[in-house]
Amino acid sequence: MLNSLGREIPEYIEGIGKLEPYQGALTKLSKGWMDEPTIPAPNKAYLPHQSKLCKTLEEAIIRSKPHNGMTVSFHHHLRNGDILLVQTLTILHNMGIRDITLASSSLNECHDPILPYLKDQTVTKIFSSGIRSELGHAIALGVLDTPVVIHSHGGRVRCIHTGKIQIDLAVIPASAADCEGNATGSHGKSAFGSIGYAVIDARYAKQVIVVTDNLVDFPCIPLSISQNFIDHVVLVDSIGDASKIATGTTRITNSPMDLRIAKLAADVIEHSGFFVPGFAFQVGAGGASLAVAKFIREKMKRKALKGSFMLGGITSYCVDMLNEGLFETIFDVQSFDAVVSNSLLNNRHHIEIPAALYANPFNCGCITNKIDVVVLGALEIDVDFNVNVITGSEGKIRGASGGHSDTASGAKLTVVVCPSFRGRIPIIKKRVHTIVTPGETVHVLVTERGICVNPAFPELEDNLRKAGLNIKEIHDLEIEVDKITGIPAPLEYTDKIVGLVEYRDGTIIDVIHQLKEKEIKI
Amino acid sequence: MKKFKNRRTMLYIPGNNPAMIQQGGIYGADSILLDLEDAVALNQKDAARTLVRNMYKVTDFYDAEVCVRVNHLSTPFGLADLEEIVPLQPSAIRYPKTESPEEVIELLNIIERIEERHGLPHNKMTLHAMIETAMGVQNVFSIASKFSRIDAITIGGQDLTADMNIIPTPDGIGIDFARKRIIMAAKASHIDVIDTVFPDVNDEEGLRRETEYAKRIGFTGKAVINPRQIDIVHEVYTPTEEEIRKAYRIVREFRINSAAGIGVFAIDGKMIDAPIVARAEYLLRLANITVD
Repeated sequence: MLNSLGREIPEYIEGIGKLEPYQGALTKLSKGWMDEPTIPAPNKAYLPHQSKLCKTLEEAIIRSKPHNGMTVSFHHHLRNGDILLVQTLTILHNMGIRDITLASSSLNECHDPILPYLKDQTVTKIFSSGIRSELGHAIALGVLDTPVVIHSHGGRVRCIHTGKIQIDLAVIPASAADCEGNATGSHGKSAFGSIGYAVIDARYAKQVIVVTDNLVDFPCIPLSISQNFIDHVVLVDSIGDASKIATGTTRITNSPMDLRIAKLAADVIEHSGFFVPGFAFQVGAGGASLAVAKFIREKMKRKALKGSFMLGGITSYCVDMLNEGLFETIFDVQSFDAVVSNSLLNNRHHIEIPAALYANPFNCGCITNKIDVVVLGALEIDVDFNVNVITGSEGKIRGASGGHSDTASGAKLTVVVCPSFRGRIPIIKKRVHTIVTPGETVHVLVTERGICVNPAFPELEDNLRKAGLNIKEIHDLEIEVDKITGIPAPLEYTDKIVGLVEYRDGTIIDVIHQLKEKEIKI
Repeated sequence: MKKFKNRRTMLYIPGNNPAMIQQGGIYGADSILLDLEDAVALNQKDAARTLVRNMYKVTDFYDAEVCVRVNHLSTPFGLADLEEIVPLQPSAIRYPKTESPEEVIELLNIIERIEERHGLPHNKMTLHAMIETAMGVQNVFSIASKFSRIDAITIGGQDLTADMNIIPTPDGIGIDFARKRIIMAAKASHIDVIDTVFPDVNDEEGLRRETEYAKRIGFTGKAVINPRQIDIVHEVYTPTEEEIRKAYRIVREFRINSAAGIGVFAIDGKMIDAPIVARAEYLLRLANITVD
């Protein structure tokens, strides 16, 4: 069956179930409720003064009664410094547990060591918002029989509410925790800030293990994760590589290209009609996206303009803007550097939020719905403004859906920033390989060679033209870039589906086909 | 009358770096300088020349003026550079270490011979003379004033301090006389004059201070070595809204008064005469604003 973006979606996938095709960004939400029933969260009982402490992670896992076919979940707040996901799966593998569904909120390069467990069917299914590196390559080549499901951060919460992901065991690393499992990421030697993605896991998993390298006296404050959901607590020497978890402050890029794009994006925002007192703002943490914050900060100071809140992945740069009084509040679902942890801990206007409040489409108001302006990156964008942030130009899975479609859907102005080509590869396509964020939720593309406004928003284009910005029709920019780079040969795929890209409402917006492995001729 | 060109910034791009050449036009610099001289190592000279020739033909530099800096004719590369670059007719050729009018005559003779061979006019491509030796500074007026094809002179601070055997200092005191002498020669010849580069790309405040000084003493613009420097120089050289409003008012009042046969008049109690009007007109040209 075809979804509304013209992508062929199968009706049923073995191991996943019936699929529903994407029908528009707000189509399902406009009903006002979620059709799928919500499964109950487990209710558990502990006796007075019963100890939750385990000596080792292995002991905690044994106590959680692992079994074949179980689902194990993790959060990705430790980013590329995480070691516990690999340790947990290794323990389960050594116990002979098979057919595991892995439900990590995202997967990074540090998780590559689990690849053998995909090959030997210890892990047979994956739900995640992002997959990268060797895992992404192997999955694109078809290492798993069942397609991976790529969800958004908000969509993951919905998946857990509906029972699409039924977590048997959640392993929750924390930089500080007490003997009852009250836990936080906001202090301790491995502090990583917000633990927002793990809150839903703690609530819904049948068994929950909090793992910390910093067992503090009861109670551990703040109660980012609270004890009434926690079964076991483990003290370990290390929860990960601190240098890769969160260090220092985030620096603005020095890349002239990123800075150029960022400056143009800031000009777009300034003249969009949404740069007004009380505006709510979200930027990503990398490259051009974060650099937009630098220019917006300057513009806000120049105009003495004060915003309402910043949201999302929070960097020290956001914290500086909060401290300067440029914004009233930060809502923090994920933090990117050490300075952010201090602010989260000490500033009551810096508020830790769970993924559900951040972006779950099926509640009475996720905060992404209140964003005025969001700046997002892209691996590719097409002439219909559909954005791919999951598959690379070589067809590997190498990115993350993350909050991309959640924020784009909520924002009054979604600005996508990216260079018009990377290396020799054009970024503007007739059709992106994989749609993650639908073009109807993207207002404007900013590249170094011109700004393209989605024709669905003529008033915005009018505002930007009046401001003298370099507006180009996206087809013209595509042709201009193709002239520089040439058009790459199309990738070759098989009919096998290796990935399903869920839109935040649970419908399928696209599928990822198995990449044909190239023969290297010598 | 010469077409007015904004030359607030001139971005140096090494002629042997294809990626940088390809991206040269996107940063909004008023001018781009494709460099075959000091930015290119001796063993890369031939490759750079070929690369610049080929990329010049196919690269869109958008609105930027494109110049090419060739090697001096006393080097083994200067003549070969001209043979390849002159037929392309970039906006200008920049000639390094210009020391005397005789040198310019020799250079122009070669350029014109090449142009004749290719059936090209002698009045399209201009010449920028770089003054970067003590001898060049001494002779600058005779270089700047005698040749209609020279429409800009520039100071090369690094080479000049080396030639003078002095160590460059942040306050630029060692080349201050040279700067001002070169500016005066340019002003007397009614051509543009472009300041030397600011080498520390991470020192934004230093760049801003030096550019503000360059603007105050009369430079038309400043050479930059990194795209990150462009916006700062443009900010310094772009008139403020208040300046533009004032200039607009002066030019408009001047036209109204001229039509009534009045040459000198007052705005807010201050006398307005021809030099003030000329400055206001220049400022509006910089801001790309026309008075109805």
